[in-house]
Amino acid sequence: MLRTIFNRLLGMIVVMALVVTIVFVIVRVTPGDPAAVMLGPDATAADVAALRSRLGLDQPMVVQFGRYVLGVVQGDFGQSIFLNQPVTTALAQRAEPTFFLTVFSLLIATVIALPVGILSAYKRGSTFDQVATTLAMFAASVPSFWLGLLFIQFFAVKLGWFDTSGYGGPGASFLERLNHLVLPALALGLVSSALITRFARASMLDVLNDDYVRTARSKGMSEWRVVLKHALKNALIPILTVIGLTAALLISGAVVTETVFSLPGVGSLVVSAVLRRDYPVIQGALLVIAGLYVLVNFAIDMLYLAIDPRVRA
Amino acid sequence: MAAISAPLQSEPNLLARLMGRPTSGIGLVVLVVIALAALLAPWIAPYAPVKLSVAHRLEAPSLTHLFGTDDLGRDVFSRMLYAARTSLSVALAVVVFSSIVGIVLGLMAGFFKKLDMPVSRLVDAMMTFPDILLAIALVAALGPTAVNVVMALGIVYAPRLARVVRASTLVIRELPYVEAARALGVPTPVILVRHVLRNIASPILVQGTFIFANAILAEAGLSFLGVGISPDIPTWGTMIAVGRQYMDQAGWIMMFPGAAIVITVLALQLVGDGLRDLLDPRLAKDI
Repeated sequence: MLRTIFNRLLGMIVVMALVVTIVFVIVRVTPGDPAAVMLGPDATAADVAALRSRLGLDQPMVVQFGRYVLGVVQGDFGQSIFLNQPVTTALAQRAEPTFFLTVFSLLIATVIALPVGILSAYKRGSTFDQVATTLAMFAASVPSFWLGLLFIQFFAVKLGWFDTSGYGGPGASFLERLNHLVLPALALGLVSSALITRFARASMLDVLNDDYVRTARSKGMSEWRVVLKHALKNALIPILTVIGLTAALLISGAVVTETVFSLPGVGSLVVSAVLRRDYPVIQGALLVIAGLYVLVNFAIDMLYLAIDPRVRA
Repeated sequence: MAAISAPLQSEPNLLARLMGRPTSGIGLVVLVVIALAALLAPWIAPYAPVKLSVAHRLEAPSLTHLFGTDDLGRDVFSRMLYAARTSLSVALAVVVFSSIVGIVLGLMAGFFKKLDMPVSRLVDAMMTFPDILLAIALVAALGPTAVNVVMALGIVYAPRLARVVRASTLVIRELPYVEAARALGVPTPVILVRHVLRNIASPILVQGTFIFANAILAEAGLSFLGVGISPDIPTWGTMIAVGRQYMDQAGWIMMFPGAAIVITVLALQLVGDGLRDLLDPRLAKDI
């Protein structure tokens, strides 16, 4: 067991090291001088030279990489060019809306997908199953930003139930903030529920025909106990995995959805950083989000170890 | 690995079988119609996509302008046909590019034991980045052109294909006919192409269809954010971005391109599901 944990930990470190390398390389593939690109065509040669030296771009590549890795290890992702503040501060200031958006979207997605997926599998081939499967496929085909726009138009503009954009003023209460989060979370959650529904259905189908389910039935156990206690318990691990991975995917969905709803989160920070070629911010956001993904994966692995004795062997 | 035992070559009627299933049949017909509309855009579009007509700006759908007009009086229907050309060809190019990179990486990892560890870890690392995020970072670095969007999305989706190719190659590598080919002294590149690649075409085709669908969504997302293809070129994503500004007065500008995305992606998913069911019966009963 300890050996398995050690191996997974080692794998995680190797992947993270590669992630840091990829993030470092991305800026270096910029055609021409990154400093000149960042400052735009109006910058003077002196400005470009100053930025080059500030970012260490005038150093040999190996030195640049060494400095970058050293900084990342110490939690220093560099300085934002346009915000004039450390990247970590910029990210931290905008983490709250993204965090809540992700959590609420995941909650909405799970609350819809889990019962629908389970019932779909249980009533396989029924009208309910066919409608649910079709709807899930439909949801997976809708761009979340477009759905967001439709929601704004209908729920916010026409019905006036929610705020159209933003995250409330600086001193806004949690309820006010929640009012701003409902529509984006609904748009993102509905689209994400498709994947979880399909996985929940598939995992339940896998176990519903297993011997122990048949045994439980033959013992005269009630149907809901058979489904919820015996089948669901065993189908839960793959379902948890996909919920975990959806959480990581939601952060990506948040990039676009935040822009639609003008939420001042990490997503809109990245988009404005891209438009202004603020590379340190883009790199920092990529690192943090990829790091979260790796951590979620690791946590799921550990969960497997804790729940399923077969993995420990 | 049932997919491997059902290679494409033994399915001469794959198209017919796909058409024979109601869901994938509908999907295929829809895709053909959309592809034809895109191909024939210059002939069937009632107006030029860039024809300005300020006198007719923000006109609601009518017989003169089927899907209405946009903020500059341009015909939304005509623009959508031209946008389909860009959106579909960019997505198709992404499929081709990611397939080439994914197949090379997957074959390397699956066939050569020494390369498996480094290549697989690289693939794992690439997959930790959410697709849109990595794509916008790459486009930011490379520059916002159609070619760079294709390269960025191709790099984003290649690892998915690499995983599928690796998994299938690991099985094929151990089969007697590959061993026999090796023993006969057949050069490795020939073994890879003739014996391995030909037998893993099915999972590649299935995965390629889903990458096509995802690429349409991702490209639309990038264009909508203004970090993809130039806003002057009509794509479904850039049209939604324009329509967003006039949502209150002229909802049709963003409504129709969005619907086009949904219909196309849905059709691709139906075809992808059909292909998977026909080529990989083991998965068919599950999902």
